Amino acid sequence: MVGIVGYGSYLPRYRIKVEDIANQWGRDPDVIKKGLLVNEKTVPGTDEDTITISVEAGRNALKRAGINPKLIGSVYVGSESHPYAVKPSGTVVAEALGITPEVHIADFEFACKAGTEAMWVVYNEVKSGELQYGLAIGTDTSQGAPGGALEYTASAGGTAFIFGKENLVAEVIETYSYTTDTPDFWRREGAYYPRHGGRFTGEPAYFKHVYNAGIGVLKKANLKPQDFTYAVFHMPNGKFPQTIGKKLGFTKKQLVPGWIVPYMGNTYSGSSPTGLSATFDVSKPGDLILIVSFGSGAGSDAFVFKVTERIDEVRDLAPKLKEMLDENKIYLDYGKYAKFREKIIMNE
Amino acid sequence: MSSPKIWRQRIERYRLLGQKCKDCGKVLFPKRLVCSECGGREFDKEPMPEVGKIITYTTVYFGPKFLEQDIPYILAIIELKNGVRITTQVVDTEPKEVKAGKEVKFVFRKLKDEGKTGVIIYGYKAQLC
Repeated sequence: MVGIVGYGSYLPRYRIKVEDIANQWGRDPDVIKKGLLVNEKTVPGTDEDTITISVEAGRNALKRAGINPKLIGSVYVGSESHPYAVKPSGTVVAEALGITPEVHIADFEFACKAGTEAMWVVYNEVKSGELQYGLAIGTDTSQGAPGGALEYTASAGGTAFIFGKENLVAEVIETYSYTTDTPDFWRREGAYYPRHGGRFTGEPAYFKHVYNAGIGVLKKANLKPQDFTYAVFHMPNGKFPQTIGKKLGFTKKQLVPGWIVPYMGNTYSGSSPTGLSATFDVSKPGDLILIVSFGSGAGSDAFVFKVTERIDEVRDLAPKLKEMLDENKIYLDYGKYAKFREKIIMNE
Repeated sequence: MSSPKIWRQRIERYRLLGQKCKDCGKVLFPKRLVCSECGGREFDKEPMPEVGKIITYTTVYFGPKFLEQDIPYILAIIELKNGVRITTQVVDTEPKEVKAGKEVKFVFRKLKDEGKTGVIIYGYKAQLC
């Protein structure tokens, strides 16, 4: 059996409400909120980035795994906001977590599914017997241009998973990946903000890939939506995961624990992994959980997990996602938000 | 700060890892070549506690350029449960929230970057519990 032995998330404490962004740009807040089904989003502190979030999420995963960090053989950080263009995020993360030096490290990038890319590779490395444990992290301090549609949702946070073969919290039952060349969202080298293809990001991109990955993994695992307790789909906004969940045959109830986007926005590479973390927090032994990511460009990774009895032992060893969503929040106005996200041009 | 110095100090900054004198048991952070208590020169590695309490603090209104975005920010002396005292920034809070005696935990943060094209230095800061 191969699966997750420890999981952990991290969210910044700062928030901005969607109405504060809408008011800034002369838009109707109620129309925006109803359209996106997002109320507020997380904002990274001035001293937070993909590396700091990865370290905090990784520490929480280690607390739940209860293993010697030196036994981790791979560290992969999936993100589209790595602080360096050249120099890996993973080296800082692995050093901070006490994993170095006998470890293989790489940074992954595949728009919003870089996190599940990392999970996919680590899972297969452990399954092949090459590693005893591997660490996969999905995280972002997402970019969205001022006044653009993404500014309402682009948020910060991340989740780490340690894969192994013993003392599992959740076993991997099946995996499936579906990928085509679809230019729905991109950021060119040197560009500060990403661009997207408007409505083209929906049907031929998100819905096509998530649907086919979902159908594919259900068929491969010989399971039906009714067999699952919970399902998590990538959350670019509140509506997309609900729409695709319904199309695949899942009920709203099955999506509830992992449908975190109204309260924290879209954490890009951290989105579906953090939804999975929130779902583990409330799951019971024996629960089947489906997760399907989506990365523009475009592709989806699907995993079917079966939760083990160890979930009850480890759940409280690190902060749960609901606590991070609800506690110690600090709200920013748009001016402070613009300063925090370095949207104001300063003299060098 | 030069890259070699950043690199030499990375373990204690990243992991809050100190040392314990093999002769007298004094816990030291940051690490030293000679024990300040007994002059001993042999040490074991000693992880620092993840939480501490604020002994005293000040609000900084004129800081270095790399902390301009944070002004006003809090600089505090934190006492750990093992008696070690650490001076660091208290983040994610307004100055009015900070009081002597309040409990803090250590978090991993960017300490400094050497401009938009320079190296980024990471390490510990404190956050109110």
